[in-house]
Amino acid sequence: MAVLLSVWFVAGLGCGVLWADWLNQYTLPGTAFPLGFWFAQQGSIVVFVAVILVYCVLMNRLDRKHHNELVEIRRKEGR
Amino acid sequence: MSIGLWTVIFVGGSFALYLTIAWWARVRDTKGFYVAGQGVPAAANGMATAADWMSAASFISMAGLISTMGYAGGVYLMGWTGGYVLLALMLAPYLRKFGHFTVPDFVGDRYDSNVARLVAVICALFVSFTYVAGQMRGVGVVFSRFIEVDVTTGVVIGMAIVFVYATLGGMKGITWTQVAQYWVLITAFLIPAIAISIMLTGAAVPSVGLGANLRPELADGQVVSLLGKLDQIQTDLGFSRYTEAFTGSWDKVNVFFVALALMLGTAGLPHVIVRFYTVKTVKAARWSGFWALLFIALLYVTAPATAAFARYFMIESLNGKTAEQLPSWFHNWEKTGLILWVDNGDGVVRYSAGADNEIFRSGTLSGTELSSLMVANQQWIDSGGAEGADARLVLREKKLSGPDMDIIVLATPEMAQLSNWIIAFVAAGGLAAALSTASGLLLVISSSVAHDLYYRVLNPKATEQQRLLLGRAVIGVAVVIAGIFGIYPPGFVSQVVAFAFGLAAASFFPAIVLGIFTKRVGTVPAICGMLAGIGFTSWYIIACVFFGMAPWNFGIFPAGINPQGIGVIGMALNLAVTLGLTPLFPPPSAKVQEMVDSVREPEDAGAAVEIETAPEH
Repeated sequence: MAVLLSVWFVAGLGCGVLWADWLNQYTLPGTAFPLGFWFAQQGSIVVFVAVILVYCVLMNRLDRKHHNELVEIRRKEGR
Repeated sequence: MSIGLWTVIFVGGSFALYLTIAWWARVRDTKGFYVAGQGVPAAANGMATAADWMSAASFISMAGLISTMGYAGGVYLMGWTGGYVLLALMLAPYLRKFGHFTVPDFVGDRYDSNVARLVAVICALFVSFTYVAGQMRGVGVVFSRFIEVDVTTGVVIGMAIVFVYATLGGMKGITWTQVAQYWVLITAFLIPAIAISIMLTGAAVPSVGLGANLRPELADGQVVSLLGKLDQIQTDLGFSRYTEAFTGSWDKVNVFFVALALMLGTAGLPHVIVRFYTVKTVKAARWSGFWALLFIALLYVTAPATAAFARYFMIESLNGKTAEQLPSWFHNWEKTGLILWVDNGDGVVRYSAGADNEIFRSGTLSGTELSSLMVANQQWIDSGGAEGADARLVLREKKLSGPDMDIIVLATPEMAQLSNWIIAFVAAGGLAAALSTASGLLLVISSSVAHDLYYRVLNPKATEQQRLLLGRAVIGVAVVIAGIFGIYPPGFVSQVVAFAFGLAAASFFPAIVLGIFTKRVGTVPAICGMLAGIGFTSWYIIACVFFGMAPWNFGIFPAGINPQGIGVIGMALNLAVTLGLTPLFPPPSAKVQEMVDSVREPEDAGAAVEIETAPEH
């Protein structure tokens, strides 16, 4: 989760704001986007969607694992 | 067929659809009324959240702001979507597990105090009312331009529709209506963007078109990119380059602060948080967070493209034209006062950043003030400067240079000369965006008053019937208040919206995050923190916006901090006060600690706390 939040910060506030003027000297390959501008108006949003997707998959997997372990423990106790 | 007729068909048709859904989804108990019986599937809830979220501000104003601000417009794109990440990761699943109706409910129970609950209720009410006022203004703009009814009549029609489906169906009706509204608004936004993108660049995806080359016939046969061309014409006219980062007062510090304040404020917006209570499980809450951002992102990655296209058309179709050559969209919108041309006597339009600019908007000027100004200007031209007054100077001093940003999205299809039905469909989309958000907010207002204030504080013995009746009555009162705001908009709506975000960032966000992730923070520090955050933020914004205080620069930031970004400091102050006072006060009771544990526990993800069995219900 800390990793996901740092991706959030780097993509949004980092590339979109803090380093935008520096990144603006490059363009996104194949397009006319200055890179800093692209991060601020397109890239950050794409990254945000990906962050939530990864979070959903990982957390739900974690939840299922805990749930299964719990069921396991209860079954053993039952015996 | 004319635009007016098409608009009546589309708007009438969509309203009929909303009312049908409301009738089908009518409810009889408070659980259905406030959280839709918690039976909404994740994807549908995602769509409803997206519609709830994307207000008239997203649909109508945002692309306009980006169009005018260029790079710095990205703060709204990043702020509103980035806040969503915080919400989905740190708040939504936990709050869903807690399993109550509203945000003040969580604050009140977690900090075990009715004072905390009251503070939260006041914040929720303030944020919601500010927002609703903005939505109603959007409704007014759409009606006055497209159906050519009076703004007042338009707002009254809008109020009646929202009132009917919100009181009939409560959260359930609102949710399913919002699903329909999402489709209306997203298609209405995408169709013109795609059409214009193909027209200008040949790329069918607007986000690709934004970064592509202009069609050769539009660029005198040369190979030049859309953004390159925009940068060049902007520079020619004295504006800063469209893609230039950090211009004027939007320096790095301010862009950073405003983006962060919008993110934190977004994560604390009560009407969006409450949406996560409507799904069945914690797992579904996470997935609906994902779906919602995906659906929101569809509009948000298209908006910058629309903004750039609109900027291109705006400059190209106005500059150097004479009165006869002016496009018809200009005349259509001129009637609303949102765009004005004040000639300097040469009969040629010039839209620039300098003293020779001739494009203005009427702002809050009344009709008579404006016409006397125009008469004086004509006198000034006729007499060669001896009599009358140069209206351009007056308008520039009143900071009314350039067209009103709210017309960009609504006027772009007209600028690109798309078919009438597309233009009308965009109007229906704007209304869907405004109404969906308004209804979500009205429900928050209703639940704050009827549930948090009346049931939890004033009269805990109230019956189900009484609470439902009061909930519906409060919606009625709130609709009327919101409508009055829409008919007589306070001149400072946009500043007040910034205020709402700042307050949400400085109050709810820290209180909820600390409430979930620490067990140690007790009642008194949390209340002090919230009050410190709110107090500081509101003082700074009121002083800056209404009393002309110079923004602080702390000696290091040359441009001073924009009032829109002060919520970040308010939040830091809230955290500092809360955590600083925590060791001095006793930790919360064992019952509350147990509650925090249960909220954070991952096990039994399938069965979140049932509302009926939740403690103290």
